[in-house]
Amino acid sequence: MSGFRTLLITALAGFSLAIQADTIMIRGASVHTMDKNGTLENTDVLISNGKIREIGKDLSLPQDDVYVIEAKGKPLTPGLFAGISSIGIEEVSAVEESADSGLALQEMRPEFNVVSAFNPNSSLLPITRIEGFSFTLLGAGAKGSIFGGLGRMVILNGGYESFIGSSVLFINIGRDASALSGGSRAGQWMLLHQAMQEADSPPSSTETALLTRAGRGTLSAFANGGKVVFKVNRASDILETLRFANSYGLNAVISGGTEAWMVAEQLAAAKVPVVLNPLANLPSNFDSLGARQDNAAILDASGVTVIIGGAGSHNARKQRQMAGNAVSYGLPHESGLAALTSNPARVFNAAGQQGSIQRNRSANLVLWSGDPLEVTSAAEVVIIEGRLIPMESRQTKLRDRYLPENPDMPRAYIKP
Amino acid sequence: MPLKSLLLLAMLMVPIGTVQAEAYASTYQPLPSKTTLITHATILTGTGERLEDASLLIENGKIAFVGEGTTPTGITTIDASGLWLTPGLIDVHSHLGVYASPGVKAHSDGNEMTNPATPNVWAEHSVWPQDPGFARALAGGITSMQVLPGSGNLIGGRGVTLKNIYSNSYQGMKFPNAPYGMKMACGENPKRVYGERKQAPMTRMGNVAAYRAQWIDAQRYIDDWTAYNDKVAKGKDGAKAPKRDLKMETLAGVLKGEIIVHMHCYRADEMLTILDMADEFGYKLGTFHHGVEAYKIADKLAENGVCAALWADWWGFKMEAYDGIQENIALVDRAKGSCAIVHSDSAEGIQRLNQEAAKAMSSGNRSGMDITPQRAIGWITSNAAKSLGIADRTGSLEAGKMADVVIWNGNPFSVYAKASQVFIDGALVYDRDNSNLQPLSDFELGQLQGVSK
Repeated sequence: MSGFRTLLITALAGFSLAIQADTIMIRGASVHTMDKNGTLENTDVLISNGKIREIGKDLSLPQDDVYVIEAKGKPLTPGLFAGISSIGIEEVSAVEESADSGLALQEMRPEFNVVSAFNPNSSLLPITRIEGFSFTLLGAGAKGSIFGGLGRMVILNGGYESFIGSSVLFINIGRDASALSGGSRAGQWMLLHQAMQEADSPPSSTETALLTRAGRGTLSAFANGGKVVFKVNRASDILETLRFANSYGLNAVISGGTEAWMVAEQLAAAKVPVVLNPLANLPSNFDSLGARQDNAAILDASGVTVIIGGAGSHNARKQRQMAGNAVSYGLPHESGLAALTSNPARVFNAAGQQGSIQRNRSANLVLWSGDPLEVTSAAEVVIIEGRLIPMESRQTKLRDRYLPENPDMPRAYIKP
Repeated sequence: MPLKSLLLLAMLMVPIGTVQAEAYASTYQPLPSKTTLITHATILTGTGERLEDASLLIENGKIAFVGEGTTPTGITTIDASGLWLTPGLIDVHSHLGVYASPGVKAHSDGNEMTNPATPNVWAEHSVWPQDPGFARALAGGITSMQVLPGSGNLIGGRGVTLKNIYSNSYQGMKFPNAPYGMKMACGENPKRVYGERKQAPMTRMGNVAAYRAQWIDAQRYIDDWTAYNDKVAKGKDGAKAPKRDLKMETLAGVLKGEIIVHMHCYRADEMLTILDMADEFGYKLGTFHHGVEAYKIADKLAENGVCAALWADWWGFKMEAYDGIQENIALVDRAKGSCAIVHSDSAEGIQRLNQEAAKAMSSGNRSGMDITPQRAIGWITSNAAKSLGIADRTGSLEAGKMADVVIWNGNPFSVYAKASQVFIDGALVYDRDNSNLQPLSDFELGQLQGVSK
């Protein structure tokens, strides 16, 4: 036993010490690779210098200074996707000065880019990542405009420059018909077409311009292959979205999609993925009369790529529960995991960094106490880019401050 | 005095501080039920017990026995091998019906934000019985719920406890003889709503001053009626009855212990202020709702016999929700004599209250506590019934109680668990395998014609 330490994972799973191991061996896990290798039972994963070096059975230890984690058959998955969120751009939703995800200019500004407001020191990052989430897509939601703006994938490791994947444009269609689109979804399409045409050829001096020069540049860059997330729910609006995206060569993703199951064949044919909330089963508005809990299962069975989304920022950890509910309503378990890992990574062009467990790829791994989609399971070990994440957050510290009963001094003196 | 006048007087005397017992009375009638024996089930009784391979008999809409007992012959028997039985779930904080689906402006009936104190409004008068959310909640095992006004006002109005049954009227859903609740709100919401209009309250101190002024008025109202009744009792001529005041009737009902206060309050310090205020005016606080910081004062809540209805993991949406932790419910539950409740405040959450309880239970257990399913089920059944003042009739599986029962397809503390069958007062009102026993609101009937489902 010389030279390496064996970590005993306690029920509390708090590694309070900052662990600086460069080389980590996870022994005997049920490895959900989320790639063509499927799930590998009783398998070891060796990590060093941020990358996965080996995946296999009974791997030998390469050197003395290896941090060994005994998985004892527990599931090991890639780090999960925290959905389209405002993690790092919104600290307290109702505290306006701490929330930067929306632009209130009441103008068409597709160039509004939330990435520039990202703060990796937000308390939401540790709170989210210790629950097994390693990446999110920063969403933009300009208020009053059909153009939400620009966002991007970010790794939740606390880095200032941890962005991955390509820039994503957000467009909102449907019931939230904004003041700037004349209160009609037909007006929304009219303006969207106008905007795309402006991007192609700037308006003459006598025409009323919809976009700024920067906005035209943004749309121009997205035409012919740009990734555009359309927030849209009603089946007929989804079909109109497909037509629109096709006209301008946009690489569309549907977000919301409560009625997507009704047009599953068309979505599959167009190879358009859907980011959805599997808990949305109420006719919460007239765009969602067809909402049903097996939306994800129907789409998956029809060959549509499904991604879990909609848990918001503060409670992004609910994504797991949402996927579990989708599985409960017919989505295959492996598809449920893919909807939290490989699917979002691939769709948003970050498959090289996130979403799977593959040799020579970045090591983003979570060891779970049990089924990762079960509400009574929890992340026990989280590794992001090869680093063990301390299982601490502002919330665990508040918990540990108030766990002791009847302290002598005020709890302000308990500083876990 | 003629007899007729005496009767009128008697009727007038009843409503002081309360309301005529018959006003907007419940017309709820249990649906037809059959004598039903459920056998071989894992039973969580709601009283802290877990029985294995046990039976439960439903007879005349009531629970005849739990465990073992005498069984009549020729009755319906359900073999529940591998299945779990719990009391019907109860959500103490719902806005179904008052913020109904679809959530259009025309359905926004939950917050009478025209005055910071509206104890005169009753949530039941906003309830749309055709809310599709009632059916979804039923599929999640909800058999009773309290529908509350919103939290825009300091005093939002009366809540109503409903049986989760479709009816043409809320009266047809109204839980018979359940006490009324009164919704109050601390903190950010009222001071934001009215402060932005440059009127009181604009601050937390303004909130408290305004509550106190209301209680003082209510005390005077009670005094005025008491004085009047004394005069009448002594046969004094010319006694003039005070004018009925709907606001004061509700508040007086609280001071007299007839109406239960349900107090939306997030911060620990504010909850302690509210407990002092209850002492000042001599009423008993029922339940704190939301209480994101309840874990900081769990011992005080238990000492005061106050329930705390909480979320498993919501936090951060406003400043007073910034200190939310996932162990909140477990820490509140840990105190001796506690009354922890999982509530939803959500048309989504009410459908999966068992999952919310499961998360809270396992968060507690990961912190070193030892919370069993038989204890945690109380958070969504018996403790909720206690909060609503209906624990003598529902919320647990005990002989003589209403047969509000859920059969689950497995351990309800799992994301994969589903309610298979739901009984309300012994009537089978939901069956997952029988679409004829799945209610559908008028609103949803006939929608999406031509869409193949």
